[in-house]
Amino acid sequence: MKTRAQDKEGVSLPEVERELKLRSRLEEIAKGIRWDVVKMIGLAGSGHPGGSLSCVDLLVCLYFYKMRHRPTEPFWPDRDRFVLSKGHAAPALYAVLAKAGYFHREELWKLRRLGAMLQGHPDSKVVPGVEISTGSLGQGLAAANGMALGLRLDGRDSRVYCVIGDGESQEGEIWEAAMLASHYKLGNLTVLLDNNGLQIDGRCSEVMCLGDIAMKWRSFGWEVQEIDGHDVVEICQALDRADEASRPGMIIAHTIKGKGVSFMENAVDFHGKAPTREEMEQALREIEES
Amino acid sequence: MEESKRRHTREGFADALLELGERDPRVVVLDADLAKSTQTYRFKERFPERFFDCGVAEQNMMGTAAGLATTGKIVFVSTFAVFASGRAFDQVRNTICYSNLNVKICPSHGGITVGEDGSSHQSIEDIALMRVLPNMKVIVPADYYETREATKTAAYLEGPVYIRMGRVKAPSIFDEDFRFQFGKARVLREGKDISIFSCGLMTWEALQAAEMLEKVGIEAEVVHLSTVKPLDREGILRSVAKTDLVITAEEHSIIGGLGGALAELLAEEMPVRMRRIGVRNKFGTSGSSEELLEHFKLTSHHISKAAQELIGLKGTR
Repeated sequence: MKTRAQDKEGVSLPEVERELKLRSRLEEIAKGIRWDVVKMIGLAGSGHPGGSLSCVDLLVCLYFYKMRHRPTEPFWPDRDRFVLSKGHAAPALYAVLAKAGYFHREELWKLRRLGAMLQGHPDSKVVPGVEISTGSLGQGLAAANGMALGLRLDGRDSRVYCVIGDGESQEGEIWEAAMLASHYKLGNLTVLLDNNGLQIDGRCSEVMCLGDIAMKWRSFGWEVQEIDGHDVVEICQALDRADEASRPGMIIAHTIKGKGVSFMENAVDFHGKAPTREEMEQALREIEES
Repeated sequence: MEESKRRHTREGFADALLELGERDPRVVVLDADLAKSTQTYRFKERFPERFFDCGVAEQNMMGTAAGLATTGKIVFVSTFAVFASGRAFDQVRNTICYSNLNVKICPSHGGITVGEDGSSHQSIEDIALMRVLPNMKVIVPADYYETREATKTAAYLEGPVYIRMGRVKAPSIFDEDFRFQFGKARVLREGKDISIFSCGLMTWEALQAAEMLEKVGIEAEVVHLSTVKPLDREGILRSVAKTDLVITAEEHSIIGGLGGALAELLAEEMPVRMRRIGVRNKFGTSGSSEELLEHFKLTSHHISKAAQELIGLKGTR
């Protein structure tokens, strides 16, 4: 059976040369996205750098490897859908959408300003490529469920992808949605958990311990994989494997909050705090030199 | 009224769903383990592939409805009013209304006449909660026929709609030929002395009150306002300009519902004396629906009494 990845790339995944090419292509894109994320939050003077940077690689692999989509035709009926359930990581999504060509990159520098298209959290009414508005945690996965049900009803082979957070997983609605996806056997749904271990008040394990998260999803009937959420090749392989399941797929991506900027990595304070001008300049330099 | 002329509003809802389901493949229905109560089970029986029971999980149901709507579906969601509006308020606000999605929230068991189940299940805040949300439209139909027609209309209104139904059988005010006009106040009885604005089951009480008032020489105008949002500004002001006195009647808190909406409009546009008939900042309690209407002073007798008091005050300040 040919996977959709093979359709795109023409060769099968394990080939070393192709893997190297893929890695260097995606890592280069991710580097640019991280630069944009830091710049846009720095210019805005507010926002959530930590959780944006932790999911950059996941979004890059989705939009530049895995998903079937047409940036110039955002409502193309056969597109794959993406929902950013952890809506506060909007800067990462915006930067990816701009890079893919959904809108002009200049929009990024107006983030969070009065009258700007790019709101603090994603607004589907005004941003091309944003399928549904998110921001109140725990709600995006339910919406992804609805999309998966709707696409299946229409007989489309489009897939639905959703990124949730670990702190977000403390919301009860996540588990209501976990039950529904499993009950209706939504094999066309793949969820990535940005498991960065931190939330506003501190470590997830100290604020409200999530316990054995992989076991939880397994017990809800999901096909669970665990990966390094910053290894682009691992992410792509996991996304491809998820295509094959007849059940909803959960990819637990172990990530580092603030990934790519030394002083933001694993720093709780940078959950919801913008860098100062100097910090921004330093962060941009670090990313450029990486 | 004889029993045969009383019918459940939710029956009208279910009849409309079947008709819609037949003619429009985009129509899907969701429920949260209350399909028998809300009557959505009838849609489920006819169109099983387009019905999704979400279990006892209203928040996820609202989000799932929103997601389905993004794929071009016309999504009807039902449960009890207290859960649809309260339990899942943030989902209705952030995922459905903010994105302006085609989700039609049509709960049964609105109001105090839920009866014996008591306060936890009596929804007397839902009109206020839904009315405050941008993009949301709010309809509180009076009887079987109006519910049926409003449901069919709602399917093709852009964005979210809230249609509130009751538990008990409602006396039929309209008939088979009824045509629903979204956003329009409907004068059911003309009068020059006082305007009674009502919605839902209370329109029947308002009509009874008008009969009582006629016997003491008062001509009350009864205006049925099933569309609580958007309000029919012109229709309302036309009546108030004539009568100069207003009573509102609803099976809801006097705060934020139909009475609240009218008070907001009239305070700005045409300040007049008014009385709001409704539940006065209290939780409900167990009892039969008839007992509860009397207990919370919602019956025609209380409307009539309030009207006479207001008329007695005419000319004073």
